Amino acid sequence: MKHETIAAAAPSRTAGVGVWRTNLRDYGLLASLLVIMAFFELLTSGVLLAPVNITNLILQNSYIVIMALGMLLIIVGGNIDLSVGSIVGFVGAIAATLMVDYKMPWVPVVGLSLLLGALIGAAQGWFVAYARIPSFIVTLGGMLIFRGLTGNILLGQFVGPFPKEFQSISSGFIPDFLSPYASAFGDLALFGQNFRWTSMLIGVSGAALLLFTSARRWRREKEHTIETEPFPLFVGKNAIFAILIVGFSYLLSSYRGLPNVLITMGALILLYMFVTTRMTIGRRIYALGGNRLAAQLSGIRTERLIWATFVNMGLLAGLAGLIVAARLNSATPSAGNSFELDVIAACFIGGASASGGVGKVMGVVIGAFVMGVMNNGMSILGIGIYWQYVVKGLVLLAAVYVDISQKNQG
Amino acid sequence: MTAILEMRGISKSFPGVKALRNVNLAVEAGEIHAICGENGAGKSTLMKILSGVYPHGSYEGEIVYQGAERRFSSISDSEHLGIIIIHQELALVPLLSIAENIFLGNEPAKLGVIDWDVAFSRTRELLARVGLKESPRALITNLGVGKQQLVEIAKALAKKVQLLILDEPTASLNETDSDALLNLLLEFKSHGITSILISHKLNELAKVADQITVLRDGSTVETINCRTEKIDEGRIIKSMVGREMYERYPPREPHVGEKLFEIRDWRVEHPLHAGREVIKGIDLHVNAGEVVGIAGLMGSGRTELAMSVFGRAYGRNVRGQALMQGREIDVSSIQKAVASGLAYVTEDRKTLGLILNDDIRSNVTLANLPAIAWNGVLDDHREATVANQYRSKLNIRSSSILQRTLTLSGGNQQKVVLSKWLFANPQVLILDEPTRGIDVGAKYEIYTIINDLAASGKGVIVISSEMPELLGICDRLYVMNEGRLVGEMPAHEASQEKIMASIMRYEGAAQ
Repeated sequence: MKHETIAAAAPSRTAGVGVWRTNLRDYGLLASLLVIMAFFELLTSGVLLAPVNITNLILQNSYIVIMALGMLLIIVGGNIDLSVGSIVGFVGAIAATLMVDYKMPWVPVVGLSLLLGALIGAAQGWFVAYARIPSFIVTLGGMLIFRGLTGNILLGQFVGPFPKEFQSISSGFIPDFLSPYASAFGDLALFGQNFRWTSMLIGVSGAALLLFTSARRWRREKEHTIETEPFPLFVGKNAIFAILIVGFSYLLSSYRGLPNVLITMGALILLYMFVTTRMTIGRRIYALGGNRLAAQLSGIRTERLIWATFVNMGLLAGLAGLIVAARLNSATPSAGNSFELDVIAACFIGGASASGGVGKVMGVVIGAFVMGVMNNGMSILGIGIYWQYVVKGLVLLAAVYVDISQKNQG
Repeated sequence: MTAILEMRGISKSFPGVKALRNVNLAVEAGEIHAICGENGAGKSTLMKILSGVYPHGSYEGEIVYQGAERRFSSISDSEHLGIIIIHQELALVPLLSIAENIFLGNEPAKLGVIDWDVAFSRTRELLARVGLKESPRALITNLGVGKQQLVEIAKALAKKVQLLILDEPTASLNETDSDALLNLLLEFKSHGITSILISHKLNELAKVADQITVLRDGSTVETINCRTEKIDEGRIIKSMVGREMYERYPPREPHVGEKLFEIRDWRVEHPLHAGREVIKGIDLHVNAGEVVGIAGLMGSGRTELAMSVFGRAYGRNVRGQALMQGREIDVSSIQKAVASGLAYVTEDRKTLGLILNDDIRSNVTLANLPAIAWNGVLDDHREATVANQYRSKLNIRSSSILQRTLTLSGGNQQKVVLSKWLFANPQVLILDEPTRGIDVGAKYEIYTIINDLAASGKGVIVISSEMPELLGICDRLYVMNEGRLVGEMPAHEASQEKIMASIMRYEGAAQ
């Protein structure tokens, strides 16, 4: 057998190559994001990375990233969800009606909206997991149903505006309570009058946390004589990440600080990284997508697990619906239109496999920002929306092509 | 008599295995030629070479058919010359009609447009010839196996068959259907159609065979001419199994304890065909510290039995009692079966056993994740420790626990699957073909693991098609055939001849 000879011929070398190869994919993706950013930074003569535009970039992409986290679990589990864009619109419409027409306070509305999203996910998940209807069909149905219901609720109208507090879910910034004390540390005029010290501190702490946890993991792997990344690579990678985080925090702090939604998104990214890499449920979802029969025969309740990925997706789509409504300060019949395409594209650009079992949170986040930066950059350059579709489609195809041809070689 | 087919000096190798060694087969025109042999003797490989599944160039030797040397590069080449093979697993599309199936790939059509009038009228003729009274529009799924078999034969007739090859055609048929099928073969013979019949059933051979060729370990043992010689059960069995015991087994000193696990009157129906019993009332048990073997031919229902016991992973309408240490246990789902102390190591490790894309570490812990987690959070420190333990204990040859299981050799993959179930800490392990497709050295290691398991007081049930293996590692043997247990014997009293004899006697008695 072919792979036997491979395994026998070079037992020690294949592993080293393996580490390089798996990491190469991640680094390649990150490198492409940086290249794309540099490209648009040049073409837009510095507008792309201006603090105000970075803030915009985050506000525009947060909900895509948040939904991509849920979509990753769905895709890893071997399914797809086409309905998320319509759920965004539907949940936004319900929330708007409750707040504007029924004068309900915003806090319970948020709770109800999240619950509604989860219920929609639960219903669709039941059809997929227990009734065994292919997810493509179930969620295609859901996509039509909830788009239609959104239109019926709003009757073609915009519903808004919303209370300030609700809007700040999306458009608010971390309040600054450190600046008054900052001058005590000496002359900080270099940073400008309105520098947001709280935001900067959060950014720096985030970078420190990242360095600490990766160092801890690296030491652990060394302990177990698992082959780790080469030390220079490990240091280099983490240094780049830390510099990026601190750099962006600096840019954002010199404008209005870290947006609230960035904190939500960041917390969710960390949570899903933890769930996918460190929790049994994450491990089981990957096993399910990798080989459903083997997972089943290992005693994993595959139906319940598939159902859970849909509940989770619904919940996150509900959250995205609130964020979108808060950002637009109104619910509109077309809110969330075609979001599912960006979300799914982010997952596949980020290295998820259409046949399931493969995909990483970090990849998907980078994938979402690849799409986001291209959207944003091309809009700044005044490229027509239709050409943007063409370019995004080509990038998606190219990313997956590279991925698959690499795999076929290996 | 002239030979319609001569296969001369056929040899075929798969990586690491010599499947056929200089096999000769001569089939005379108009006869029914039977081929006998154990599982793995090379019968199917030989037929696949004949029908072009393994194309010319992938084997050595030559095929002379109807007076000329033939070099088939695909099935359609051999079908073109009237060589039609009917496999044991029927190749019919269940939701298409009889007529559609008969002409599948061979439709009477002009420019791609099917002439249904011709198709239906020809189907009616063909069905009449095979004696099947069904409408050409009947769906295959609504027919019994016996009738499906007849549809397969009608399909062969539609292709103007001259040499019909049947691979254990009566394995899943009842007495009447078998009889009808054999009569049909005799009738074809009178019309000049030659048949090759792969079968183990002595009474069938006695009824229809003109000559019998026996294969063993990829070689021709002998060809018996039934017209001049009387068929002798003992002689055929000896021919089939009479090889030397060349494999080695670790020494085994059994310490058999109390009855550990038992099933009573276990019955299972086919998952797709309701009402068709695959397992027909089985009682068996395994004691603590005991290694029990289940012998039988392929298709005898051993895997189906094991998977149905393991959380109804196979079949529908599973009935019967399962008891662990005398107490009835609920094995209605895989989770419950695992919780009750059962483990099933599948025969198909690639599609049912491993997450091939994942590393050794996560495959080993998959069936018992709670043991390396607190409140659902994995302890990667503990996981790596566990995986490293099994890697060294079972000697899984790999670069590290992070090596993907896809890149491991068969023997090492099997050790990963075993590790997974050892880590789940079951009371009773069912091992289904645990050494299939792995080399002799790794086999010895697996046997040693089985010995250790039994020594630690667990019950081990081994399903294997290699009789020497069962004789070498088990304390007690069951023989299974057609969904029933047809024999039970202590291993020291058992022999390959005895096992084959219980299978053949049972089949003889059933007719």
